[in-house]
Amino acid sequence: MAKIPVQFTLNGSEKAEFIDSGTTLLQALRDKIGDTSPKGGCHQGTCGACSVIIDGELRLSCLTLAETCNGATITTTSGLAEGGVLHPLQRAFLDTFATQCGFCTPGMIMAAKALLDHTPNPSRDEVVEALSGNICRCTGYEPIIQAVLTAARANSQNAA
Amino acid sequence: MAIRRGRGVAAINYPTGMNLGGDPTQALVHSTPTGNFMVTLSSVDLGQGMKQIMAQICAETIGVPTDRVVVDTADTDTGPHCMGTFASRGTHRAGNAVIQAAREARQVMLEVAAEELEVNASDLETDGQGNILVKGAPQKSISIFDVALSAHFKRGRSISGRGMFLIPRSYPEKETGAMKPSTCYAHACTVAEVEVDDETGEVTVLTVKNVFEIGRALNPKMVEQQLVGGSWMGISHALYETTEPYYPNRDHGGTDFNQYLMPGPGDLAETEIIVLERPSADGPYGAKGPGEMCANPQIPAVANAVFDAVGVRIDTLPITPERVLRALKAQAAN
Ligand code: FES
Ligand code: FES
Repeated sequence: MAKIPVQFTLNGSEKAEFIDSGTTLLQALRDKIGDTSPKGGCHQGTCGACSVIIDGELRLSCLTLAETCNGATITTTSGLAEGGVLHPLQRAFLDTFATQCGFCTPGMIMAAKALLDHTPNPSRDEVVEALSGNICRCTGYEPIIQAVLTAARANSQNAA
Repeated sequence: MAIRRGRGVAAINYPTGMNLGGDPTQALVHSTPTGNFMVTLSSVDLGQGMKQIMAQICAETIGVPTDRVVVDTADTDTGPHCMGTFASRGTHRAGNAVIQAAREARQVMLEVAAEELEVNASDLETDGQGNILVKGAPQKSISIFDVALSAHFKRGRSISGRGMFLIPRSYPEKETGAMKPSTCYAHACTVAEVEVDDETGEVTVLTVKNVFEIGRALNPKMVEQQLVGGSWMGISHALYETTEPYYPNRDHGGTDFNQYLMPGPGDLAETEIIVLERPSADGPYGAKGPGEMCANPQIPAVANAVFDAVGVRIDTLPITPERVLRALKAQAAN
């Protein structure tokens, strides 16, 4: 079968791959490019572990065909730290003990980032709403909600 | 038809480990040439934080900072034998094995230091910062870095130790059937408040207040993390989760996250956690195994709260709207 070329920007660097038609973005990122930060929990859009940000919007990479991402700008959790300094969300997840096995964490962080990018000072209800598509087996969610609120506070203090 | 409130309480007694053909865990500890320490285990860190806890236990026993310890786990082909991470046995069994291995390694470390300092090993102590000092004369000291170099390059010694922790198999007494299937009991108590809609059968958990008695909390933040997550999971077991909703009929089981229900971030009960520390005599630095216990007492507490609210005893889990409505119907018919 003929391969399809795709080209996009991943965490600030240009990527070009030949893929089979029907390859999901999750497969392309993990198996072709080697960015394993998006996780495959269900491969059917129910767990949120594969969440990434495409052109500023939160997307499920397991339900996104890679060939539709030509020219797109994609952010994953592995692109968040800058020069070894953790992103405020990553810092907050550590500080509030919001991660146990860690499998849901990259998806949670992406969902939270998409929220904070649009709504820098969210209410608790807005955080709950933003995380409602992501499943966590370990934490009971409360520490994750606290992490997102903590990161939002840290951001607004830095901005002030 | 109304929303009815109820409150339920439950207390549990929770064992650590189980009675298999004996319940062993072994550990090895050795120093690198630069005086870091390696703990080798087969036990698995599933996210509960075993690596961190074993590093703390090893560091405490040898007398070095925790960041000087590296823990390698989870390869049963190459690691010392462990029965596994289950039955809340990890911290207790592996922790005891690590203490034993670390003690032996510490003894060798002190012997090498004693040769370097030309004193008796029993006159030495560690400062917890990576140095070995002569008791009462701390100006006479040597770093663990230098001790390790000496052991490796000068004295030809291996700063290492073996740990073997075994709870032997318990057989029932012929006369009474009495036996000791487990060790080291932790305890917990939960009070749950619920609302039950007697028209739809829906149960909402409003609050859960949990007290856990877990021996010593070796890492209090991680203990809290386990207990908060576990309390959520207990509610999930009580009201939502099942693979076999019509057991023993295996049809209609959930096959994926669409059908296997769990409460999401919007369904959280107000949760309180209180930790009581009663160090256990046989636990590593007093620890018990709170792992699975954290998700247990909420279940009977919620069932009791439902009884308090609407007067029906649901004895099959999870307590779904369907089961509540059927029970209410049966109650009305009587
Ligand atoms: S893997 Fe994409 S939503 Fe679960
Ligand atoms: S930390 Fe394990 S699934 Fe969220």
